[in-house]
Amino acid sequence: MSNNDKQDDVGTTGHSWDGIEELNNPLPRWWVWILYLTIVWAIGYTIAYPAWPLVTGATEGVLGFSTRGQVQEDILRVEEQNADLLERLTTIDLAAVADDDELHGFAINAGSSIFAANCSQCHGRGAAGVQAGGYPNLLDDDWLWGGNIEEIVYTVTHGIRNEQSFDSRYSEMPKFGADEILIDDEITALVQHVRAISGQEHDAELATTGAELFLDNCASCHGDAGEGMAELGAPNLSDAIWLYGGDEETIYASIYNARFGVMPAWSEEYRAAGGLSAAEINAVAVYVHQLGGAQ
Amino acid sequence: MGILDRHHVLEKNATLLLVGSLLVVSIGGIVEIAPLFYLENTIEDVEGMRPYSPLELTGRDIYVREGCYVCHSQMIRPMRDEVERYGHYSLAAESMYDHPFQWGSKRTGPDLARVGGRYSDAWHVDHLVSPQSVVPESIMPPYAFLMDRMIEPEHIVDLLQTHRMVGVPYTDEMIENASADFIAQADPFSDWDGLVERYPNAQVRNFDNQDGISEMDALVAYLQMLGTLVDFSTFTPDASR
Repeated sequence: MSNNDKQDDVGTTGHSWDGIEELNNPLPRWWVWILYLTIVWAIGYTIAYPAWPLVTGATEGVLGFSTRGQVQEDILRVEEQNADLLERLTTIDLAAVADDDELHGFAINAGSSIFAANCSQCHGRGAAGVQAGGYPNLLDDDWLWGGNIEEIVYTVTHGIRNEQSFDSRYSEMPKFGADEILIDDEITALVQHVRAISGQEHDAELATTGAELFLDNCASCHGDAGEGMAELGAPNLSDAIWLYGGDEETIYASIYNARFGVMPAWSEEYRAAGGLSAAEINAVAVYVHQLGGAQ
Repeated sequence: MGILDRHHVLEKNATLLLVGSLLVVSIGGIVEIAPLFYLENTIEDVEGMRPYSPLELTGRDIYVREGCYVCHSQMIRPMRDEVERYGHYSLAAESMYDHPFQWGSKRTGPDLARVGGRYSDAWHVDHLVSPQSVVPESIMPPYAFLMDRMIEPEHIVDLLQTHRMVGVPYTDEMIENASADFIAQADPFSDWDGLVERYPNAQVRNFDNQDGISEMDALVAYLQMLGTLVDFSTFTPDASR
């Protein structure tokens, strides 16, 4: 029998159970050679790449590879590819970007990605804002702190009412109710006046009382006609666009407790590990500016 | 072949086999793990890292309790896409006071290693109360109850002492003032000079914008600190990493 022939060739392991013996076949030659090859490869690998621990450090490997070096290289490579565009984006008069098709396209594409990663969490993926939380809509032409491109760049760079940048935009509306500047009836009258100037249903008699109170308490920031003042971030109260809401209850709450919307400073100057470069800020400003409502 | 022919001695003696296996596994451990404890470049030498303030540490405990780490990692890997999205890659030094660390290996939500300073406190509160109110596509569950759970620095001294026991350099002064610092950080009208001196760059605000100290205050204080401590202007990457 052929089994017996084989037994003669390779012998047995010496294990025997009830007369059944185990043949001592050698491993296939291709397998053994691959094993030797991987051992040789592993030795070569530890010479080429960082591997062996020594007294204070580890061998650096003759190829000089490091994961941190590589990410640096990757980023630099892309920056170099776009060096010309990035340079123009930081030096050009931003109002003129729209006339330069190549730069405009680059800024909008870059700005769109930057907006998605950094801005959309508050302002919404489509930049329509979230009224319940007072996150402004960036699509309309109602701007709290100015909607021309330079103002947008400033707002993104320094943010609003934050502790990160000393130059952040700042204003603070008094808490007319909570700090007992006005009594309940006066606030109710003011609410009616604000409803009146924004063209909503209102109590005409209360609104007349409210108009006087408005001139004394609110007009210095919001303007005599409630048209707002971008230098102070005071919203226009005479249009139908509301940051927090234009119903009676919300307006009452806004006057009683005031609002204090905060936007972080996005320049890398204020957040070295997570901020945006000047070119990135310009790109996102160009993107926001062309969304529709900008001045 | 001598000794190689004698492996049947090992194979037939269970205790000897166990001892032998242990020996082989320890060699692997010594070569791979032990160097991390003495190599100088394991933890980078950076400026700005400090132990968590009492309120931040409490927030961190809430973060762990609620299982935030199940969906959120705290490690930005050194890859271009991650660095472009989240910011500078994470350093080992940034989690040197973490017990346990929150690196994670799976992201259902985004990485949080540098979430500090990215959003306003109000956004964090809105988002934790109802994530979908600000991010409609989010699948994160709401944590609104954190607003109602008021906390006191009852066990804060024990907590700091426990962390000191495992190597976090809390000083006697920090432990002595733990309760006061805990309360001061959530109240901008308090006397917080000592707090900021002990914990540089600690942010003092009424994080949840309501009276008292809630778990929301602690959690937002922790989130707003994440990734903001290291002074990256003084950091140079080590070549052999």
